[in-house]
Amino acid sequence: MATAVVSDSGERETYLNVGYGLKSWLLTVDHKRIALLYLMSITFFFFIGGFFALLIRLELLTPAGELVQSDTYNKLFTMHGQVMIFFFLIPAVPAVLGNFLIPMMIGAKDLAFPRINLLSWYLYIIGGTLMIYTILNGGVDTGWTFYTPLSTEFLTTNVVSVILGIFFAGFSSILTGLNFIVTIHRMRAPGMTWNRLPLFVWAHYATSIIQVLGTPVVAITLVLVALERLLHLAVFNPVLGGDPLLFQHLFWFYSHPAVYIMILPGMGIVSEIVCCFSRKRIFGYKAMTLAVVGIAVIGFLVWAHHMFVAGISVYAALIFSLLSYFVAVPSAIKVFNWTATMYKGSITYQTPMLYAFGFIGLFTIGGLTGLFLACLGVDVHVHDTYFIIAHFHYIMVGGMVMAYLGGMHFWWPKISGRMYPEGWGKLAALIVFIGFNLTFFPQFILGYMGMPRRYHSYPPEFQILNVLSTAGATILAVGYLLPMVYFLWSMRYGRPAPSNPWNAAGLEWQTPSPPPTLNFDEQPVVTWEAYNYDEIGEIPEREEIPVGH
Amino acid sequence: MFGNLPLWPDSASTNAGNVDALYIFLLLVSGIMIAMIFSVLTVFAVKFRKRRGQRAQQIEGSHELEITWSIIPFCVMMVFYIWGAVIFFRERTPPQDATEVYTVAKQWMWKFEHKEGQREINELHVPVGRDVKLILTSQDVIHSFFVPAFRIKQDVVPGRYTTLWFRATKAGTYHLFCSQYCGTQHSGMVGWIQVMEPNDYEAWMSGGGSQPLAVAGQKLFSELGCVTCHRSDTQGRGPDLAGVFGKPVLLQDGRTVTADENYIRESILEPGAKIVQGFKPVMPTFQGLVNDEQLNALVDYVKSLAGPQSERPANSNPAAGGSPQL
Amino acid sequence: MDTSRAVADKPAHESPALLHHFATEGQQKNAASLGMWVFLAQEVMFFGGMFCAYLVYRYKYFADFGSGSLQLDIKLGTTNTVVLICSSLTVVLAIRAVQLGKRRALVFWLVATILLGLAFLGIKADEYAEKFEKHHVPGPSFSYHELIPGQGKLPAAERQYANPHHAEMFFSLYFLMTGMHALHMIIGVGLFGFLAYKAWRGRYTPTYYTPIENAGLYWHFVDIVWIYLFGLLYLIDRHR
Repeated sequence: MATAVVSDSGERETYLNVGYGLKSWLLTVDHKRIALLYLMSITFFFFIGGFFALLIRLELLTPAGELVQSDTYNKLFTMHGQVMIFFFLIPAVPAVLGNFLIPMMIGAKDLAFPRINLLSWYLYIIGGTLMIYTILNGGVDTGWTFYTPLSTEFLTTNVVSVILGIFFAGFSSILTGLNFIVTIHRMRAPGMTWNRLPLFVWAHYATSIIQVLGTPVVAITLVLVALERLLHLAVFNPVLGGDPLLFQHLFWFYSHPAVYIMILPGMGIVSEIVCCFSRKRIFGYKAMTLAVVGIAVIGFLVWAHHMFVAGISVYAALIFSLLSYFVAVPSAIKVFNWTATMYKGSITYQTPMLYAFGFIGLFTIGGLTGLFLACLGVDVHVHDTYFIIAHFHYIMVGGMVMAYLGGMHFWWPKISGRMYPEGWGKLAALIVFIGFNLTFFPQFILGYMGMPRRYHSYPPEFQILNVLSTAGATILAVGYLLPMVYFLWSMRYGRPAPSNPWNAAGLEWQTPSPPPTLNFDEQPVVTWEAYNYDEIGEIPEREEIPVGH
Repeated sequence: MFGNLPLWPDSASTNAGNVDALYIFLLLVSGIMIAMIFSVLTVFAVKFRKRRGQRAQQIEGSHELEITWSIIPFCVMMVFYIWGAVIFFRERTPPQDATEVYTVAKQWMWKFEHKEGQREINELHVPVGRDVKLILTSQDVIHSFFVPAFRIKQDVVPGRYTTLWFRATKAGTYHLFCSQYCGTQHSGMVGWIQVMEPNDYEAWMSGGGSQPLAVAGQKLFSELGCVTCHRSDTQGRGPDLAGVFGKPVLLQDGRTVTADENYIRESILEPGAKIVQGFKPVMPTFQGLVNDEQLNALVDYVKSLAGPQSERPANSNPAAGGSPQL
Repeated sequence: MDTSRAVADKPAHESPALLHHFATEGQQKNAASLGMWVFLAQEVMFFGGMFCAYLVYRYKYFADFGSGSLQLDIKLGTTNTVVLICSSLTVVLAIRAVQLGKRRALVFWLVATILLGLAFLGIKADEYAEKFEKHHVPGPSFSYHELIPGQGKLPAAERQYANPHHAEMFFSLYFLMTGMHALHMIIGVGLFGFLAYKAWRGRYTPTYYTPIENAGLYWHFVDIVWIYLFGLLYLIDRHR
């Protein structure tokens, strides 16, 4: 389908082989290369954050705090949260898969602002460097939530450097969102109307709106914290008339929508995978697009459900609890629609689909426990306990990370031009699923029993559940290491992939694997609806997939 | 030792049963939802797996289904909402004549002052069957008072009072945790709630303790010079405080506020914030001159002052030794 | 919906300004404009956090903030407001000039904008210096002994002074908000300097002046932020 440009060595020119030097990577403006730069960086931070998590779980094997000192433990959970949220979860799907795929999915040659895209990556690297500096210089122990006056008046660790790091990462995120919004509005190929966009694109559009409108608020809030520390201001210091709760409102005004930044792209991935591996158009396309936009909008209205026991008035609590139930409805709709998509489909179980099943199941559990938390009577008891930790890990790890892995497997042939080893892929998915549930399900029970979060020593009756959780974490770690290994292996020894190994719908599959720098030789003109699997037909069996070149 | 099941916390307050009932309802509904979705997914995964010669059937969607599976879950959620809101409202509305205990949290311990004068650190003795209201403040950072067996929790904020109440139903010893990260020894800021049978509690009460809180407050009121301005005759440059607690106060700028604990505390630390109508802004600030325990004593003393028509002051403890007079 | 999108087999470089990934100049222009609007939306939220903090404390410490506001020099503040509004006018005149193809007028109006921006910053610096002299800069040297507004008619013994802690809060927010605004002004001045240089080199024509338009949007935004700052910081409680 694509007429290939052949280089001197006889090799087809792709975005990967068009230049090999360091400069060709570090000064690239190709959205696909920038996506790979991000892939390397976020993977690096994922393993740092994961390492902190492992240390936390090791410490929690015994009731007494024996492995590390209290201050060290406090730094571990703080930096685990900061690294995972700001340097892994928020950029992962948008900056890797979004960057790589959105231009191709809409039939464009690149994003609207390629140089700003590269700037985004450099801002992320600067932020990441400041984070590494913080870690190496003794760490920080504010908790990722930075509550005042603890973080402004009482701690002597590297608060300002980590705030700077997060500030830069935040602006990286804002510029990515800005780039996506303009790209999706202005760069769609002829015939690619809003109602023909893949749901992956819709999900990133909604995510980008949150990134652009929410992140600046946390940026200025953290600047206020840093300035309060440096200049002894009193904005949040109650002794001098400041209000600690003002910090919480400003912080959560971003940080609640931030969790939707983290999950919406994953939902976009799941839509693509479920449709492809059921060979069906999504059930309820309109409802799905309304749902992602609805989640983004209502997500801005619920922040104080993190503050039910913080000292807000009863009436504020009643309002935010009600609004929190509103935001649950669109999420539920999505789960029902994915399930309905499989009805009368023709389902196969390649690795991406296994991750999609895992996402739907685990996101359902995580989302349902969100209803527990929106419920005022229950939240008072479980707030700041392991119930909360289990809830958000079910969504962010059981949901988001599984979706990310599913997406990486689904689009790996497109990105690398190679097939990953399917058997290992399935095995890793299974290990991840088992390890995840063993790690986090006991934490629901621990939470209701009353084990507070951020505790490194705990009463002995909580030990058994903690041991189970740690056992799960080691299994989970193995599950995450496997794809690292076989993806790298596949880049050298994997079977070369054709343009469309899954016979999937979507313009990105109309390009070679891997694609050339400008994606399309001719700009496509779209005359078909999204997910036109009735026209496309069946998925090829493994043996039937042609070898790429 | 504590009678805990390994999978469920002890239940020792009137509130616990209500919260547990709602939690179990949530578990049941969630369990049904999960079972439904998982079984449907499994059935679909098996029934609609790829088969030779069979193609997928494209279905655009269904408005009816979308509306149905939006409205029904929403209605169920409203049941969660209202039930939870009712429990929450009751939790946040302390009964009028609850026994009060002042609680000061600091890194990394809990300090309790009973009105009768007993002071406790990291341990709180309360009787079974009596409403107990804690008036909490922090000396430094935000902490949180959490008793899993009572299913209650309240953040303790520096610079203001927050309150929490419970009625214990079962004698025993229950965990007290700080549940808002507060620095190095956050996981060490734990203690015990000792719930005692009423007789044992009276015995414990009479076994010691210094002067009642309100009497200590009266002493401070005099020592700090408050009594020179806040007098019951017309000579006072400050408002007469008899019976002020719990009543509306008309301020200079026309606003009306209720004289609760936070108002009294603010009036001592930041007298200029709210000037009572008809009085001049001449009260000096006592910020830095009184610590949180002394503030609690002063607040309790003012609360104990009877009104001009010798009405019973609100929240006074009949067991208080000595009756403070103006 | 967007007629500027066209099928382009090979990029037809009608002008050196067309970038490789855009199909037409119209698409490029629209993308740049939308990008600037989205960026400004983000800026609104950025300033919004500070405005929120200001509004909360203004409500809480009503009289003390009024006292702090009276310490600001309203003559200088008004002058600065006029300066900025004029600079927005010069921006518009610059755009008009380039639309009419008048290169020298374009450069003239761009330089005029820069000069007005610098004037603003100069006056601001003067205000900051005065605050420094009166020990109204938050920090260790802060000292404040002023009345709350509306005390003039009362006998001296009855007048109430502002709480210095709360006044310090006012000045913290004053410096933060005007400082952040000034930072944006400095960036804007730099931007216009770059544009003036490019304009003098003949870069901008009646068919291509998108950067000037977008920089103008940015400048108007910074102007509007100042209007709000002026009202909230300088004008409260002036009637008393």
